[in-house]
Amino acid sequence: MIPAPFEYARPTTVDEALQAIAAGGEDVKVLAGGQSLIPVMRLRLAAPETVVDLGRVAELRGVREDGDALVIGAMTTHSDVLADPLIQQHAPLIAQATETVADRQVRHRGTFGGALVHADPAGDLPAVALALDAEFVIAGPEGRRTVPARDFFVDYLTTAVGEGELLVEVRVPKLDGQWGMRYEKFNRVAQAWSIVAVAAAVRRENGHIAEARVGLTNMGPTPLRAGAVEAALSGAEATPEAIAAAAAHAAEGTEPSSDLNAQADYRQHLATVLTRRAVTAAAGL
Amino acid sequence: MTALEDRTEAPAPEVGKARKRKEDARLITGRTTWTDNMVLPGMLHLAVVRSPVAHAKITSVDVSAAADAPGVVAVFTGRDFAEEQGSIPCAWPVTPDMVNPGHPSLAVEEVNHVGEAVAVIVARSKAAAQDAVELVDVDYDPLPVVLDMEEAVAEQPDLCHDHLSSNESFRFVFDAGEAGTGQNTDEAFANAEVVVSRRFVQQRLIPAFMEPRAAVVQPQGDNYTMWSSTQVPHILRLMLAMITGTPEHKLRVIAPDVGGGFGGKLQVTPEEVITLLVARRLGKPVKWTETRSESLMSAHHGRDQIQYVDVAADREGNIKGLKVHILSDMGAYLRLVSPGVPVLGAFMYPGIYKFPAYRFDCQGVFTNKTPTDAYRGAGRPEATFAIERIMDELAVELGMDPLELRRKNWIKAEEFPFTTVAGLEYDSGDYDAATQQALELLGYDELREEQRRRRESDDPVQLGIGFSTFTEMCGLAPSRVLGSLSYGAGGWEHASIRMLPTGKVEVVTGSTPHGQGHETAWSQLVADELGVPFEDVEVLHGDTGISSRGLDTYGSRSLVVGGAAVVSASQKVVAKARKVAAHLLEAGEDDLQFESGSFSVRGTPGTSISIQEIALATFAAHNFPEGMEPSIDADATFDPVNFSFPHGTHICAMEVDTETGFVKIRKYACVDDVGKIVNPLIVEGQVHGGLAQGIAQALYEEAIYDADGNLTTGTFVDYLVPSAADLPHFDTGNTVHEAPGNPIGAKGVGEAGCIASTPAVVNAALDAVRHLGVTDIRMPLTPERVWRAIHSGGDGGDRATAGSNAYGGAQTETTAGVSTEASSLGGDR
Amino acid sequence: MTRISVRVDGASYQDDVEPRTLLVHYLREQLGKVGTVVGCDTSNCGACTVHLDGEAVKSCTVLAVQADGAEVTTIEGVSRGGELHPVQKAFHEMHGLQCGFCTPGMIMASIDLLQDNPDPSDDEVREGIEGNLCRCTGYQNIVRAVQLAAGEMRGAPASDGHVAPAVVDTAAAPHVVGQA
Repeated sequence: MIPAPFEYARPTTVDEALQAIAAGGEDVKVLAGGQSLIPVMRLRLAAPETVVDLGRVAELRGVREDGDALVIGAMTTHSDVLADPLIQQHAPLIAQATETVADRQVRHRGTFGGALVHADPAGDLPAVALALDAEFVIAGPEGRRTVPARDFFVDYLTTAVGEGELLVEVRVPKLDGQWGMRYEKFNRVAQAWSIVAVAAAVRRENGHIAEARVGLTNMGPTPLRAGAVEAALSGAEATPEAIAAAAAHAAEGTEPSSDLNAQADYRQHLATVLTRRAVTAAAGL
Repeated sequence: MTALEDRTEAPAPEVGKARKRKEDARLITGRTTWTDNMVLPGMLHLAVVRSPVAHAKITSVDVSAAADAPGVVAVFTGRDFAEEQGSIPCAWPVTPDMVNPGHPSLAVEEVNHVGEAVAVIVARSKAAAQDAVELVDVDYDPLPVVLDMEEAVAEQPDLCHDHLSSNESFRFVFDAGEAGTGQNTDEAFANAEVVVSRRFVQQRLIPAFMEPRAAVVQPQGDNYTMWSSTQVPHILRLMLAMITGTPEHKLRVIAPDVGGGFGGKLQVTPEEVITLLVARRLGKPVKWTETRSESLMSAHHGRDQIQYVDVAADREGNIKGLKVHILSDMGAYLRLVSPGVPVLGAFMYPGIYKFPAYRFDCQGVFTNKTPTDAYRGAGRPEATFAIERIMDELAVELGMDPLELRRKNWIKAEEFPFTTVAGLEYDSGDYDAATQQALELLGYDELREEQRRRRESDDPVQLGIGFSTFTEMCGLAPSRVLGSLSYGAGGWEHASIRMLPTGKVEVVTGSTPHGQGHETAWSQLVADELGVPFEDVEVLHGDTGISSRGLDTYGSRSLVVGGAAVVSASQKVVAKARKVAAHLLEAGEDDLQFESGSFSVRGTPGTSISIQEIALATFAAHNFPEGMEPSIDADATFDPVNFSFPHGTHICAMEVDTETGFVKIRKYACVDDVGKIVNPLIVEGQVHGGLAQGIAQALYEEAIYDADGNLTTGTFVDYLVPSAADLPHFDTGNTVHEAPGNPIGAKGVGEAGCIASTPAVVNAALDAVRHLGVTDIRMPLTPERVWRAIHSGGDGGDRATAGSNAYGGAQTETTAGVSTEASSLGGDR
Repeated sequence: MTRISVRVDGASYQDDVEPRTLLVHYLREQLGKVGTVVGCDTSNCGACTVHLDGEAVKSCTVLAVQADGAEVTTIEGVSRGGELHPVQKAFHEMHGLQCGFCTPGMIMASIDLLQDNPDPSDDEVREGIEGNLCRCTGYQNIVRAVQLAAGEMRGAPASDGHVAPAVVDTAAAPHVVGQA
């Protein structure tokens, strides 16, 4: 299939991009890596009036340090994220999850920011960003604003990025030292989206779990934090039994969909198993 | 003429060599011809408007907006072609009273499945044609949708075709007692000590060849050349002539390189007919190439049977009888061999076992879904699954080792040829030898030991081992047998050999390949028969203008039937060349010996003449035997007297994660007896590919329709064709018992892996969790089904029919565009 | 229409394209690079894989305008001076193809994999080509081919047992137990 016709803009700066979005009419789509957008357009499930291609906006690419945070440009490709030593050092959870995204070819084109703004509930990076308490820097006609991850994912395929706005970068707090991390993904075939996945980051202290952050992929229209699990883990002994007991809360407050990969009750079951496994691995057990 | 003394040792035979394929050179460089590569001057492009509803009357079709769209040359509906499109043919009326509702290429009055063609756009470019699809306005008056076969044959069902009286197309019964090939089945069951009954579901599959279908038609006066991505150019030409009224001799069909078929391109498709009709109407070359979404919803599907299987035995494990009742989903229409698929299976349910009694009863059922037809194995995988699964269930019931039960009942090596309860004469084999070898390849004892350990320790990951000791019937087919089954054609194959003046050889085969390596294997056969170098042979195929007669490629028939024709034609060439050699060497024909491509006079060293030199002498024809026409070319048509019966033992070791239901093949070993092996490289490749598809049926693939009859698995996002990362390494081996029914001794290998593997995989998964109370799991073994079977009993149940949320729920319900409310700025990953 | 300049298989092209034109359609229909094929709509099958500025991409999921200024290599451009690329050769040697439709994409993905990981394990090969579907081969001979090519490209014989010529562990000869 061939996409429906559209107007095409290719800005080279964020300001130009914002102008192009403003000038693009009713239905503007921002093209980052295009690895979800182009298939949807080919199937004519989306037929935007204007496509604004960020491919030439150099300032949106790359990973840098800024004090206690890593700053990941929205247009940094998945392969660049994987190859980046700062990510490997400070946010291995992102690398682990990114490695599971689709396949090599898609990772060469697909971008970190694009995946987050697309906010596919089955996508791998939103739950990771949520678990890591990332912050999203959004540019708009009125300037820039920063949105914490808990406010960024609004609904199914919907984020805090408003009309006329653009995600420019994501700030991820460095979690150095005693943190362990694990992204536990469950799908049927290698290149598929997650049926359920769990992103866990665990800080151990003296045989106990001092702090745990658990993000859930595809357990509802948006990525979720497994708050009850985190609370149960906080201060718990770092033992398989304690972790299993905490993980049993993983499905609380979730509303997963039922589709041909999994019905809701099975997804909820998977969440508990995968949470136990992710936390156990992250805790180094 | 060559001095005899110069001759060295006879070269090793080509047959049996792992020759690298001749076909590869053009395929690894991208310098080949797929149908969609064709570009002709003035060529127009087609796009098909398809029904988004499963069952409805068409109340109106408004094409005006589409016809006015830029670049659109014409728009045609079913009404425009109603008088000339005929019906898509069904060549296999399996019973005299089979009901065929007729199958227009473009729907006229009603649509009967989602994806059915209702109109066609003709435009200057592919994009313009595609754009105009959305502008065709069709009004549908919905009718009840028939989807479930068991409901469709129950009391007072909704009807798939409202002008028919029921949803049953045919009822085909084979009763061994009545046929005189076995005892009375009812008596056998009445007297049995043990009866085990099961209901198995053969889910609907999609052949999913990698090259989407395409057709190009070039009109030249009243002649038409069609290029098509088809397995069956010869059958297609004949059928197109019969359907459209374009005389057969005015049609030429060319299958250039074809990117896989697996039965999926064994068809005469509505789109091929439409493409020809449009080209004929407009007098312009036209091209149609489908998208993958179109392919998945409109190219024929496979499998889709419900099998009720009963087996009778005594307490010692001696089998007494087999009863099979199946519902076979035809989909909305009968296509080329749709009804024949379950009938091909009818004779294979007894498998390799000595059942004294057998009854087969099949109902062909219409539903408002894409028609089904041949898919790799076509009837035989279904049969093999049923028998190999029920043997395991019987073993459980009897408390016997599944292999011991099989051994006790299978045909012994010394009993060949063996006539089965289904009336087939199995040709050769040794089931025990193949099994022994497969057990060794697998490392059976160690894995059984590990299974025991995991079970004792209550490991969350359990291990199971599953068997499939199978046979199948190949080499379709003896024409007389096909006639007795009411098939509309014979089963012979044709070949011709053309000796060129330079000594090079052209082999024309009627068996049209699409990945099987005919060019290589046929070259090996001819090199041995004629004693010419492998490199000097060129194999021509797939063009009715070059290969005048043929019945094409399916049913593991190419080597067994088509290769036999090649051998036979080669032998005729040698016989003719012998006359020329005798003339030139001034010797009696009987005094000549033919060795390594040269004739020499027995007992008279000194002179010889090669067959390649004779080819030149024939070209010149200056000095030729009196009364002999100057040609040593030859044709041959081979019609087998019996099927061939490959067999083998496949063993799967499977890990089951009982916490998630995820299954993973730990090891897969198989030993296949495919008779004489012409090229071990190709044989192994065929086995691998078959395994991948058989395993995919067990674990991954399922065409799912929602309650409205939409194909939910309408893209490769949801129809899961496994990748390299999803499949295991295969340990393969062979035993060789040559087939007596053809001069090569080959039995056929194209379908073996696909037929054998599926039950081995399912049996392995069940073996892993049987102790947890699981007795069956529906295919494919999705993690959810396995988990449910373990934790809630049953067979894992139906799956939800909603598409996954990939691409924001982008399952393709229609090809028409619909804009969705998605992320306002999203679209990436 | 948008003007683009691309280098494809070593030659430079300037063309006007509709922004919606997919790179694969530009290659096939405007440049005649029909060695690269289309197998699906959803970026799953990988048959259309080419290299864009040296990296494997699915050319059905890239707009031609996105390739403006870029260097594209297709299956038609990987051999050098009439000499096949080692990966092409290895696919032939190991019978890593049957119908051949997935082969161009599979070869382009494999070359990309070996650029990143010159000495992959069998599992790494399988994961490396997870974005390419083949319906014919069952992948085993593709894995062997990639390993053979990896060895040749490293200039060393491969270390892995599966790299032996396909027929060696296929058992055709050694496992024959009976010839009736």
